[in-house]
Amino acid sequence: MSKRRFAFPYLIWMTIFIVVPLFLIFFYAFTDNASGKTLFTLEHVKAIFQPLYLKVIGRSFYMSLIATLVCFVMGYPAAMILASKDFSQKNTMLILIVLPMWMNFLLRTYSWLSLLENEGLINRFLVSIGLGQVQLMYNNFAVILGMVYNFLPFMILPIYSVLVKIDKSVVEAAKDLGANGARVFLRIIFPLSMPGVVSGITMTFMPALSTFVISRLLSGGKITLIGNIIEQQFTITGDWGLGSALSLLLMVLIFISMIFINKYGDESVGAGGLL
Amino acid sequence: MGKKIIELKNIYKRFGDFTAIDGINLYINEGEFLTLLGPSGCGKTTTLRIIGGFEQPDEGDVLFEGVRINDVPAHKRPLNTVFQKYALFPHLTVGENVAFGPTIRKISPDIIQKDVKKYLEIVNLEGYEDRDVSTLSGGQQQRVAIARALINKPRVLLLDEPLGALDLKLRKDMQDELKTMHKDVGITFVYVTHDQEEALTLSDTVVVMNNGRILQIGTPVDIYNEPNNAFVAYFIGESNIIHNSIMVKDKLVNIDGVDFNCVDTGFGQNTPVDVVVRPEDVVLVPADKADLKGIVTLVTFKGVHYEIWVEGPTFEWKVHSTLPQTVGDELGITVDPYNIHVMKHEPLEIPSEETAVEV
Repeated sequence: MSKRRFAFPYLIWMTIFIVVPLFLIFFYAFTDNASGKTLFTLEHVKAIFQPLYLKVIGRSFYMSLIATLVCFVMGYPAAMILASKDFSQKNTMLILIVLPMWMNFLLRTYSWLSLLENEGLINRFLVSIGLGQVQLMYNNFAVILGMVYNFLPFMILPIYSVLVKIDKSVVEAAKDLGANGARVFLRIIFPLSMPGVVSGITMTFMPALSTFVISRLLSGGKITLIGNIIEQQFTITGDWGLGSALSLLLMVLIFISMIFINKYGDESVGAGGLL
Repeated sequence: MGKKIIELKNIYKRFGDFTAIDGINLYINEGEFLTLLGPSGCGKTTTLRIIGGFEQPDEGDVLFEGVRINDVPAHKRPLNTVFQKYALFPHLTVGENVAFGPTIRKISPDIIQKDVKKYLEIVNLEGYEDRDVSTLSGGQQQRVAIARALINKPRVLLLDEPLGALDLKLRKDMQDELKTMHKDVGITFVYVTHDQEEALTLSDTVVVMNNGRILQIGTPVDIYNEPNNAFVAYFIGESNIIHNSIMVKDKLVNIDGVDFNCVDTGFGQNTPVDVVVRPEDVVLVPADKADLKGIVTLVTFKGVHYEIWVEGPTFEWKVHSTLPQTVGDELGITVDPYNIHVMKHEPLEIPSEETAVEV
C-alpha cells in the first residue's frame, strides 16, 4: 500500500498530460459544433482519407524510414566503436554525442539553415574553390539530413547500452567454437543487440514521422509532412476536428509500426523492445 | 598417453605493472587430465587463456604438437573451452548452442542433429534440445557448455573453473561425471581450479602455481606426499609447517626443539629448513613414551576424525586422529621418519583468505 502512494504524483501527471489530451483529441476528432451544438460526427475521419493526405502520409513514412535507415547504418558502427573495450575516449565521445541535445532543438535546426542556404557557409566555400553553388536546401535531402542529425543520438545510445552489456565471454565462446569475426557478429553480437536496435529504431522513427519543424525549416515549407498538415489545422486553418483526426491516424499508424518492429525484434531475440 | 600435445616454452605475460605469468615451462601429454592449481591471481587462468588463444604471451612460445601456434587465432585452434560462467548463447536454444560449432564448420544438418543428440546424452541432458538456456539450472547449463565444446571433437578441452558456480553436492557429482567423460571421450583435459581437493580427485597431473610461477608438477599422490616447498604443502591439504627446524645432519632433523629421525639427506649440517608433517601422520602417545611433549588445547569432532591441537614447546601441532583426547592432558608427539618432509627454508607467501576468492 505504502509503495502505491509514491506512484500518486505520477498518476496525476499522467492524467493531466496524457489522458486528458488524448481524450481531447478523441473529442475533437469525433465531434462537430459548427451548428453551435456539439454533435457526434464521422466527417473528420472521412476527410482524412483524401488522396492529398494519404500522399503526405506516404511521403512522411518514406522520408522517416530513410532517415531511420541512415541513422541505423551510421549509428550501429558508432555504438560498436563506443562499446569496444579498447576505445579509450569513450566518455568524451558519449558527451559529444549527447551535447547537442543540451541545446534547443529549434536552434540546432536553424543552425543548419546557415550552413545549407544558397548563401550559406558550405556554398560559399564551394564557390570559393570554384565548384559553384549547389542546391542543398528546400529538398528531401535537407529534410532527411535534419532528421538524421537530430535523431542519431537516439539510435546510438540504446544500441550502445545493449552492446556494452553483452558478456565478453559469450563472444570468446563463439570464437572458441570456430567463428571468425564476421560470424561472431552475425550470429552472436547482432542478434543479442536486437533489443537495442528495436528501441533505437522506435526512438528515431517515431519523432521523424511526426516532425513538422525540420521539414518546415529545412525545406522552406516546400515539403509537407503529416506533421505540417496537422500543425496547420490547429494554427492556420483552425480545423481542430481534422487536425485531431489526423493525429489519431498518425497514432494508429505509429502503434501498428511499433507492433511490427517489436514482433520482428522478438522473433530474433526472444526479448522485448518497447511494447 | 605419452606424446606431448601442448608445450609452453618460457611464457611471460604482463598486464601493466602486474606480472601474471613469470616464466612458465610446461608440457601436456596427449590424453592426460592436467590441472592448473593455485590461489587467485596465480596465473592459472591466464595460462589457460594463452593456450586457448584469448591472450597473447609477451614472451615465449606456445606449441601444438611441436608447431608454434602463437599467431593462430582462437577460432582456428583445435581446442575448445568450457568457460567459468558457462558463456552459453542466451538467444539460442540448448540444441542450437550445442550445434553452434558444427554449424560454423558447415557440417550437414542431419549429422549435426545426430551429434547434438549424442552429446546431450553424454552430458545426461537427452531431450533438452528445444529448451531455452535460461530455464536451466547452473549444473545443466554447465553440461550444455561441456556438450557444446565436446561436439567439436577438440584435441584438447580447456576447462576454466567449470564447477566454481555450483553447490557442493552438485560439484561432487559433476567431478565424477567429468572424470567418466574424460575416460570415455579420450581427449586431453586441461583444467583450472583453486580447489585442491578437486585437483587431487580429477587429475593425472597437477601443476601447482603461485605468483605466476610453477612450484611443482606431479601426480596427485606426489604432490600430496612429497610437496616441494612449504607453499605447496600449505595449499595442498592441511599441514603442520614448522619453519624454525634445523637439519642437524643427514637423516636427523631438529623439530620443535627435539631431534627426529628422518629419511632426507643432502641439506648439510645445522642448516635451517622447513619441515612439513601432515596432521594424520602425527601420532600421539603417552607423555613418557616420547621426547617431544605437548598439552592438548582443543579437540574438535570432524566426522571421520577428531582434530586435536597440541601445544608443543615452540609450535602448535594439528593432529588428526580417530581417537578423542582430553583438553589439558600432556601427551607425547611422534612422527615416523618417512612422514617427515624436509624442504629448503624459504619465506612463506601464504595468501590471505580474501585473496583466495577467485576474481
